[in-house]
Amino acid sequence: MAFDQVARSFMLSEIVKGMALTFKYMFKPRVTINYPYEKGPLSPRFRGEHALRRYPNGEERCIACKLCEAICPALAITIEAEPREDGSRRTTRYDIDMTKCIYCGLCQEACPVDAIVEGPNFEFATETREELFYNKERLLANGDRWEAQLAANLAKDAPYR
Amino acid sequence: MTEFFASPLWTDYGWPGLIMVGQIAAMMGVVIFAVAYLTYAERKVLGAMQRRQGPMTVGPFGLLQPIADGVKLLSKETIVPSQANKPVFLLAPIMLFTLALVAWAVIPVNAKWVIADINVGVLYLFAISSMGVYGIIMAGWASNSKYAFLGGLRSASQMVSYEVSMGLVIVTILLCVGSLNLSDIVTVPRPVWVQIMLLPMFVVFLVSILAETNRAPFDLPEGESELSGGFMVEYSAMTFALFFLGEYANMILMSAMATVLFLGGWLPPFGIDALAVVPGVVWFSLKVCAMLFFFIWARATFPRYRYDQLMRLGWKVFLPFSLIWVVLMAGLLMTFDALPK
Repeated sequence: MAFDQVARSFMLSEIVKGMALTFKYMFKPRVTINYPYEKGPLSPRFRGEHALRRYPNGEERCIACKLCEAICPALAITIEAEPREDGSRRTTRYDIDMTKCIYCGLCQEACPVDAIVEGPNFEFATETREELFYNKERLLANGDRWEAQLAANLAKDAPYR
Repeated sequence: MTEFFASPLWTDYGWPGLIMVGQIAAMMGVVIFAVAYLTYAERKVLGAMQRRQGPMTVGPFGLLQPIADGVKLLSKETIVPSQANKPVFLLAPIMLFTLALVAWAVIPVNAKWVIADINVGVLYLFAISSMGVYGIIMAGWASNSKYAFLGGLRSASQMVSYEVSMGLVIVTILLCVGSLNLSDIVTVPRPVWVQIMLLPMFVVFLVSILAETNRAPFDLPEGESELSGGFMVEYSAMTFALFFLGEYANMILMSAMATVLFLGGWLPPFGIDALAVVPGVVWFSLKVCAMLFFFIWARATFPRYRYDQLMRLGWKVFLPFSLIWVVLMAGLLMTFDALPK
C-alpha cells in the first residue's frame, strides 16, 4: 500500500488527472448565455412586471372589485373607486408598490376579468425608489406595451385552467 | 553641434545610452501590453474551463476589456488608511512593480537580443525575484491592518521557503551548463539523458514558481476567503493596479525564466533545425505563452492549499528531493564525463 501510494504521489497521477479533466472541459460548449444580448426562454406563466389590460375597444378591463387588493399578501395594492359619469364602476386610483410586491401572482389569480396580470417583463430596474411606486397610468401603459404577449401567454395557459 | 556628435562623449556614451533607453522602452512596452492581455487571457481561459464565456461586452469578444479596466482603475481615488504609514504604503506597490520590470533586463528573447548581457544573469534574476517579497512585506506592514499583516507574513515565509528549492533547481541547471549567463544557458547543448534527468527538476520548478508568484493553488497571501485580499486589502485604484500588474508581470517573468532554463529559450522545440525559419522571438513568446497557460490552467484546476500543507511541501518534499537530485545529477555528470569544460 505504502509503496504504491508514494509512487502514485511522485508520478503526480492525481494532479495530471485533474488537469486533464479541466483541459477537456475547456472545449465543451458553454452553458451560460450572453445575457443582455441573448435571453433565455420564459414560461407563459412567468410572473414579472404588472400590467392593467384593456378590452379591444380600448375600455379598461378593471371593474374595481378590489379582490386583488384584498388578496395581496404584501398589501402592495391600493385601489380607490367611484362610479364614472356613464354609471360604470371604475377605479380612480390603482397603485402598486413594486418594492412591496412579492410577485406571488395572487392578484392575477383573483381577478375575475383578467385585468391585472403579471407580464413577461423583468427588466424594469430603476435608479430611484419612487419610480417603483406604479400608478394607474403606468400600469395601463404597461398593458398597452405588452398586450400582444400578455394575450398570447393567457391563451397558452388557458387549457390548463 | 557636429563637433558634439563626433566627440567620444556622444559616440561612447550618448548614442549607446539612447539605444539602451530605446531597448528598455520597447521591452517595457511589450511586457506591459503582455500583462494587460494576460489578464484577459486568464479570464477567458478560466471561463472556458468553467464553461462560461468570460468578458464579452467591451469590444469584439471583449478584447478591449483590459483597456476598460485600466481606465477604471486610473480614474478611481487612491485611499490611504489614516493609520497607515504613508510613504511605505505608497512605496510598496511601486517597488513590486518596478522589480517585476527590472528583471527583464537580462532575459534573452533571441540570440543577442538582451538588454544587459551580464555574466551573472541567473544570480541577478534570482536576487531581483527574491526582493519582490519586500514589496509585499512593506505593503502588509504599512497598511496597519490585521488581514494585510497576516497576508504579508504568509507571503514572506512562502516565498523564502520555495526560493530554497528553486535555488537548488537552478544549481542543477548550472551544473549541466557551466555558465551563469542566460544566453549561454540556452545555447549550450545538453544530451538527451540530461534533459530527461532534468524533467523532475522542471516539475519542482513549475510548482515553485506557482508558489513564488503567489498564484493558485498557493495564493494564500491574498486568499480572499480567509484574508479578504491579504496584503493588498487596503489598496485601491492605481496602487492596487500596480500590485496586480506586478503579480502578472512576475508571472510572465517566471515563465520566461522557465523558458530560458528548461525549454531552450528562442531555439526551435525538440532541436528541429527546420523550424528555425520561424524567428527566435516567436518561439520564445510561444514557449512563454505555453507556460502562462499552465499558470492559468493550474488555477482553474486546483483548490487552495492549506498553509501547513504548503510549508510541508516546500520543506519536507521539495527541499530534500531537489537536494538529492543535485547530488545525483552531479554524480552522473562526473561519471559520464559530461561536465561542461
